[in-house]
Amino acid sequence: MEVREEWGTRAGFILAAVGSAVGLGNIWRFPYVAYDNGGGAFFIPYLFALITAGIPLLIMEFTMGHKYRGSAPLSYTRVNKKTEWIGWWQVAVAFIISTYYSVIIAWAMAYTYFAVGLQWGDDPGGFLMGEYLKRVDIVNGAPIGSVGSIVPQVFIPLILVWVISLAILFKGVKKGIEKANRIFIPTLLVMFLIIVFRALTLEGAALGLEAFFRPNWSEIASPAVWVAAYGQIFFSLSIAFAIMITYSSYLPKDADINNNAFITALSNSSVELLAGFGVFATLGFMAKQANVPIEEVATAGIGLAFVVFPEILNSFPGFNGFFGLLFFGSLVFAGLSSLISIVETFISAVQDKFKASRTKSVVIGGGLSALISILFATQGGLFFLDAMDYFINTFGIALAGLVSVITISWFVKKLKTFQDHANLTSDLRTGLWWRICLGIVTPAVLGYMFALNLIDNLRNNYEGYPTLFLIYSGWGVAVAAIVAGFIMASLKWREKEMEELAYSENKGADEL
Amino acid sequence: MSGSAIVMMFVGIIVIWGGLAASIWNAIKVSKQK
Repeated sequence: MEVREEWGTRAGFILAAVGSAVGLGNIWRFPYVAYDNGGGAFFIPYLFALITAGIPLLIMEFTMGHKYRGSAPLSYTRVNKKTEWIGWWQVAVAFIISTYYSVIIAWAMAYTYFAVGLQWGDDPGGFLMGEYLKRVDIVNGAPIGSVGSIVPQVFIPLILVWVISLAILFKGVKKGIEKANRIFIPTLLVMFLIIVFRALTLEGAALGLEAFFRPNWSEIASPAVWVAAYGQIFFSLSIAFAIMITYSSYLPKDADINNNAFITALSNSSVELLAGFGVFATLGFMAKQANVPIEEVATAGIGLAFVVFPEILNSFPGFNGFFGLLFFGSLVFAGLSSLISIVETFISAVQDKFKASRTKSVVIGGGLSALISILFATQGGLFFLDAMDYFINTFGIALAGLVSVITISWFVKKLKTFQDHANLTSDLRTGLWWRICLGIVTPAVLGYMFALNLIDNLRNNYEGYPTLFLIYSGWGVAVAAIVAGFIMASLKWREKEMEELAYSENKGADEL
Repeated sequence: MSGSAIVMMFVGIIVIWGGLAASIWNAIKVSKQK
């Protein structure tokens, strides 16, 4: 049996898995999605999606990594040689995400510095697009799709992001990833708790919380709300892009898979709920200050973090710079712990397939991603980032998730085998519900989501971008990830990896 | 805040944070038994 790196402790694995799941989306996506889809009533479809898709999928991926002790491509190969391409597809998706996700962390890093002295001035929106990103259409009058020149204020923190991430990854699983997450996650939590506590004591906080929690029961009859709930759970848990398979491949033999999945998923949701408190209490303060209804200030994503929050910080009653530093600092920590997990997927895959050392794999995999990320540090980078992010999420992660769950449950029929494996070492045992969720509920919801998105995107260009631009920076990228999966799977393994099952099927689960 | 908003806030807190606390407590209990 091969010698594979292992986590030092159970807490180390959980912190790393939570660090991966808790990312920028928890902070800037969940609160608005909940508010926009029924407020407090959204908890019903959200919790239902968590129980019927989030936790079952996490258990499935943890089991795959633990049972087959390999990166996603190796684990899929060991499931069935014909499914290796799915593992590589997921790794390709992770690779693409790492190229632009690193740039968003670089923005947060720059804004942590800008927070000192509120350097964005009175017009944070104009500052972000004009002065900071120097957007190619605004500054140069060039069309969407033009690259422009490198923006030093983005490029310099980007170098720092990659230096920190790759330095951690060089150190390996136990001394690098685990140690970093032991620092990042508690620090993130403390910073976040301070922000939330301050937000809750602001004038108008109750107004924001009322908007966030007030249930609109008529909304939960709408299929769109259920799709939003499943989408939120699916996209925020780091499922279906090789991360959880890779991380669980470093678990020791007697790891409690099921409870680890519950802790990871509920930690992720806990941070989302905490973010809901913080974001909406702060938005309530802003609405009160501006004397406008909450719907006029409620927003999500880059606009919330880099435009609305700086505006709020400008009118904060005191310690404006300090709270800005905490907010953008928490984005940096949340982003870095996720980026490390994303990059680890292809480092691990390269190590497994080509028998390369960790150092070589980090240099090749991480270096290539860092090099490509420079595209997004240019004046035109924002448009490429936006299109790529949307298409790789919609037609990369979601589609890869759909294909993997259908393959595992319908074609290679491994659900019972996985369930037996996970139950053997787990205190909490899953029953028939787990197989029903993965075999019927999850494929049905993901299939429906995919069909809706496909029809919508064939009818209308995303964000009204030019068709040619979307073909090469959106559709093309999503298709390239699938093609990359097939190409990598066509390369032969150097050794007979598939026959070296770790917690082997042919040895039988009883020998665990 | 309205009564229904307060109820939903507590539902979220109890189910999500309570669920997390129960999962962690279970993990600690099992590790002590071992």
